[in-house]
Order: sequence, then C-alpha cells, then structure tokens
Amino acid sequence: MSIRERLSGNEASAIAMRQINPDVVAAFPITPSTEIPQYFSTFVSNGQVDTEFVAVESEHSAMSACIGAEAAGARAMTATSANGLSFMWEMLYIASGSRLPIVLSLVNRAVSGPLNIHNDHSDAMGVRDAGWIMLFSENNQEAYDNLIMAHQIAENKDVMLPLMVCQDGFITSHSIENIELIEDDKVKDFVGKYQPEHYLLNHAEPVAMGPMDLQAYLFEHKYQQAEAMRNAKKVILDVADRFEKMTGRKYSFFEEYKLDDAEIAIVCMNSTAGTSKAVVDELRSNGIKAGLLKIRVYRPFPVEEVAKALSHLKAVAVLDKDDSVNAAGAPLFTDITSAMYACSNVHIPIVNYIYGIGGRDTTTKEISRVYEDLQEIAKTGKVENPFRYFGLRKGGK
Amino acid sequence: MAYNLKEVMANKPSRFTAGHRMCAGCGAPPVARMIMRALHEGDHAVVSNATGCMEVSTCIYPYTAWTDSYIHTAFECAAATCSGVEAAYKSFVKQGKLIEKDGEKTKFISFGGDGGTYDIGIQALSGAMERGHDMTYVCYDNGAYMNTGIQRSSATPKFADTTTSPAGKVIPGKMQSRKDLTQIMVSHHLPYVAQTIALANFKDLYEKAEKAIYTEGATFLNVLAPCPRGWGYPTEDLMKINKLAVDTCYWPLYEVIDGVYHITFKPAKKLPIEEFLRPQKRFKHMFKPGNEWMIEEFQKEVDKRWQELLDLEAITNK
Repeated sequence: MSIRERLSGNEASAIAMRQINPDVVAAFPITPSTEIPQYFSTFVSNGQVDTEFVAVESEHSAMSACIGAEAAGARAMTATSANGLSFMWEMLYIASGSRLPIVLSLVNRAVSGPLNIHNDHSDAMGVRDAGWIMLFSENNQEAYDNLIMAHQIAENKDVMLPLMVCQDGFITSHSIENIELIEDDKVKDFVGKYQPEHYLLNHAEPVAMGPMDLQAYLFEHKYQQAEAMRNAKKVILDVADRFEKMTGRKYSFFEEYKLDDAEIAIVCMNSTAGTSKAVVDELRSNGIKAGLLKIRVYRPFPVEEVAKALSHLKAVAVLDKDDSVNAAGAPLFTDITSAMYACSNVHIPIVNYIYGIGGRDTTTKEISRVYEDLQEIAKTGKVENPFRYFGLRKGGK
Repeated sequence: MAYNLKEVMANKPSRFTAGHRMCAGCGAPPVARMIMRALHEGDHAVVSNATGCMEVSTCIYPYTAWTDSYIHTAFECAAATCSGVEAAYKSFVKQGKLIEKDGEKTKFISFGGDGGTYDIGIQALSGAMERGHDMTYVCYDNGAYMNTGIQRSSATPKFADTTTSPAGKVIPGKMQSRKDLTQIMVSHHLPYVAQTIALANFKDLYEKAEKAIYTEGATFLNVLAPCPRGWGYPTEDLMKINKLAVDTCYWPLYEVIDGVYHITFKPAKKLPIEEFLRPQKRFKHMFKPGNEWMIEEFQKEVDKRWQELLDLEAITNK
C-alpha cells in the first residue's frame, strides 16, 4: 500500500533522495532549493542513508564533486536553482560529455539579473543544450515520481546521460499538497544498484577519464552522446511502464489533457498546467473544445510525438515562462514550431505567450484570455502577432 | 628507512610513464613522476588533474601517461573533483562496496599548475582543504599561465616579462609581488603543508610527497617547477635553475606539520638574487643599466620573506 502524505515539493524530493539512498550528495544552498539538501542532511545526520554528504563551497564545486563521485562509480545527486545552475554550467557539459548519469533536482527560479528569487524557467532554458535529460513536473507528486524514475533512465547502458528533474520554485517547492509515497523497499527494488562498466575506483582496471579529445575523436564522441539522447526516448517510456505497474500512475513524454477532440490547445510546462486544466474544465462545461498538452520530457524533445498530438488542432498557444530575448520567440515556442514544421504536413496557427517572469502570478483569468484569443485565431486562421505576453503591465512599464 | 635515490628508482615502478608530450627541460614531469613514486607498493591512487600543460600533454585520447586511475574535468576544480572521488570512496568503504586487503590503501592526489591553483582554482582548493578530505593537492608552480602562452598569474614574480605583463618602455614587466599560496594553505590549519622542489637527488621532494600522501586529512604541496619557454633558460639547465631558486632563498624549502614550521634546507651561503634572475630571459630587462633598483627591490622582498619564515620557525618551535 502506498503512503498518503501531505508534503511540499522540496520535502517530497528530499524523501525521494532518501529512498534512492545515493552514495554521494554534494550541494550548496540557494533559494528555493535549499530545503532539499537541508532535509537530506538530517537523513545523513540521523543515519537514515549511507550517503556521504559533501557540503561544498559553491555550485560549481557541487557539480565537480558529483562528477568526481559518479566517475568513481558512485551514484551522485545534487539540487540547485537559478544562478546555482548557471554557476554549474561549465560542469553540466562535462558531466554529460563524460557520460555520467548524475541526477539533479532543479527548483526553477529566475536567473539574475536583476536578482529575483521567484519562479520562472530561465534557469532550465539556459542549459537546454547541455546534453542533460530534462523532466518537468506539474506538482509535488510528479517531482517525486520523476526522481524515482530518474536513475533507471539515466543509468541505462544505451543512455548514460545526466538527468535533471524540474519543478516550479515556491509554487511547487514550498506548497504543501497531498502526495502518495511509495514504500522504501519498493523504491529500493525499482531503483536497483548502479553498476557502471568503467569507474575510477575499480582497482582491477584503472581508467583515465576526461582526456584531451582532439579533432580525430571529439566529433564521434559527440555523435555518440546525441545517439544516447535519441535512445533515451525508448528508455523513458520503458521506465514509465514499469513505474505504472508499481504505482498505477501513468507517465509519457507529455500529458494530453482533453486534447483528443480539442480544437484549441495550450502547450506549457510545470505548475501552469494545473492552472490551465481548471480553465479547460470550465471551457468544456461551456461547450468549448479546449485542450492542453503538458510537456514532461523536454530533453530529449519528442518532436514526432508532439507534432502528431497537435496536428488536428485549429490553433495552439505555447506558454513560455522564459524569454529568450532574441526577438524571435521563446524556447518552448521555437521547439514546438520547429517540430510542427519538420514532422507535420499541416500548417496550424501557433502563437507564443511569455508570462510569469520573475514569479509574476499566473491566474485562471489570464489563461482564459489565452483560450479566448485562440478561439479568435481558430475562426480566422490568422495570427497577427505571434510573439505576445500576458501578465505584463501595460506597455511593460 | 632512509631515502636512497638508487633504491627508489630501481625498486619502485614509475606510475607516470614515458611518452607524454611535455617539453624538454620542463620542471613538472619529474615532479609528477617522483610524487607518484612516493606511493607505497600495492597502494592505489586516483589522480585528479586541473586543465593545464600537464593535463593536455599526459592524457590525449586515446592515450594516457598515468598508470593509476585519472580524471580531468576543468581548470578550476581539480580539488572539488578529487573531493567527490574521495567522498565516493568513503561511502563505498562504509557500505562494504569496496573491500581492500589488510594494509592496502587508496590515495587521492590532485595536480594543478599555479593558474589552476593560485588563481581560478583557489576557491575549490580552499573548500576541499577546509572540508578535510583525505587527499593531497599538489601545485606545480611555474609562475604563469604557460599552457596558453605565458600570461601572468598571481604566482608570477615581480618584474617578470610575460605576454600579459610585458616589459615595455613605460611598464617594466609585472608590477606586483607574488601571492604566497603556501602561507594561505598553512592558514587552513592543515595537518601537513610543504614547499619543495626537485633537487639533484629528489630527497626533499620524495620525502615531503610521502608525508603529504600518507598524512591523514587534507594536505598540500607547493612545488616550484620551472618552464624553459616561459622563464627563458636552456632546457638542460633545469636542475641548475632549481638549485639557484633554493640557494638564493627565492623558493625556501620548508614544511609545516600541525602548525609547526621546519625549514628543511638553509643554505650555508645565501646567494644574491641576481644568480637566480640572470639566467632567465624573463628578467633580462632588469639587468639593463639604470634598472639596478629593480634587482635591489627584488632582493629586499626575498630577504623579507625569508626572515618572516625564520621568525615563524622560531616562534612555532618555542
């Protein structure tokens, strides 16, 4: 029997880490993810885990120590947010390029500057090409479930890539909601043991890692990494199947909420999906065929599947909690439009909304207005300005 | 057992093999080889290397010059990477995932140049040392960013001509004195900190390496490792330059054990600093007529730091 609890996203993530019982955790405090290493430290202090906790002096060293530990043959985990992730940036590429399946819990927060501690997705979007598998979570339950599935995906022989589980800072990380936890022994069995092929502490076979990798080899090594990311798609689904058998909770690349017969739909990630579902239900009760596609797997990006899921719609709005500041549309929008162009034969009007920057509240009222816009677009088939904002004061002042 | 170079060379295998691509006359490879030789037979090591000359010349895919496990990640985080490996080891031993024979040990050694240690890596180094990981950090100090083409670092001596502190018509080389990293490490209250160099029979280097590696906790070695390209000396003169660095007290040899200073070599006759400066092209401009003040100032700084060291030895041995 699963365990019913009431937990914040951070508490749920820390509990997942306790149940996973990694060999090493190296972390540095940063709002709003601080609580994760904080709760975890008490598990270490009370002897509830076998983990060596390394209280590093920076996030750069947190990721460096995780790389060292993972290369040594250990399971290594960390948690961070915003500038912490930015400070790790160099090491994120080294982790994935060295094919080390480190797992990171990312509590999404706006990257400075100016300084802001609240939620948006600029931290995650800044590392979307770092070669990490990226899973997004609507609520505490998904943050927990994604962490429990993480190692089985990342450590698969055909994958061997690091993985980050994202959840919205404060909105998810600090809100207490109902959750179903899995029993410790079931998690232990599900997560299994990590047995890398080559590792530094294998005294029978010393190994050199992180070489100088020049013109004759780097291209192939990068190709292999890209192949691993492609391979991850199947593995993510396999692990989701096993997870469903254990818990009854179903996961895929994305969640389609009343999308089958929908005419208009929103695409978004993390907690905004919860807000949008309420709006979809309201619209449905008024006979409006509204739907939602919530991205769970952002890297690898499921291009064919997304294109297929959206191609029957009359109008789509992509909500980005980040601005690429490129005068050309935010990250999720460009990913979705590129998927539609490459993998679908139909042309659907798609519009981008940038919203919620720096923790600006996102309300059902605002989401309703997006659906109103979509109804209008569906009628005319035209998008006058595809690059829009909501929740922004008039004129941006 | 008293140190004997012949015995060490004959009986202990080299763990740093020939075939690496470091320059002739470089001070770093003999240092790395001797430090690795100080490991006891049967013991294992994991080496973590900062980006720099040593890394780009000893581990070029698909080759490695290291017979022990080796990891390089980036420039500034050899110490942090090493601390992660050491944490994994501790965790494995605690969980019974790694079982070692009686007396068998696994040691953790980081190597970084002065750029990766004094400058960009000082935060990660300070953190790892403060946390007390059971590891030895070795700085091979060649006094500039040699790998990228001789740029000044905080270890570069005053007046040295480098590509980012060129001796010009108005500014005569680097205008700042060098940082004293060994003292900074002493201030971390580590169980063992030493400053050493490769002298003719390697005794000082070997003995300090052995002590550093086999002292429990975080330990630090600062080793002067001349660079023929950056310093401008003939490759065959490496050992002469090393000896002059010590005989002029430019690079004093000492160790600090639990806070107590021991100067391990006091020259019977302290040579004037010109002896060390003259053979090196990076100081050539100091010998032009009218620049005598530069040599005087350099000498004063050397004398001051040497006296401070003598005082520290006297105070801590009271």
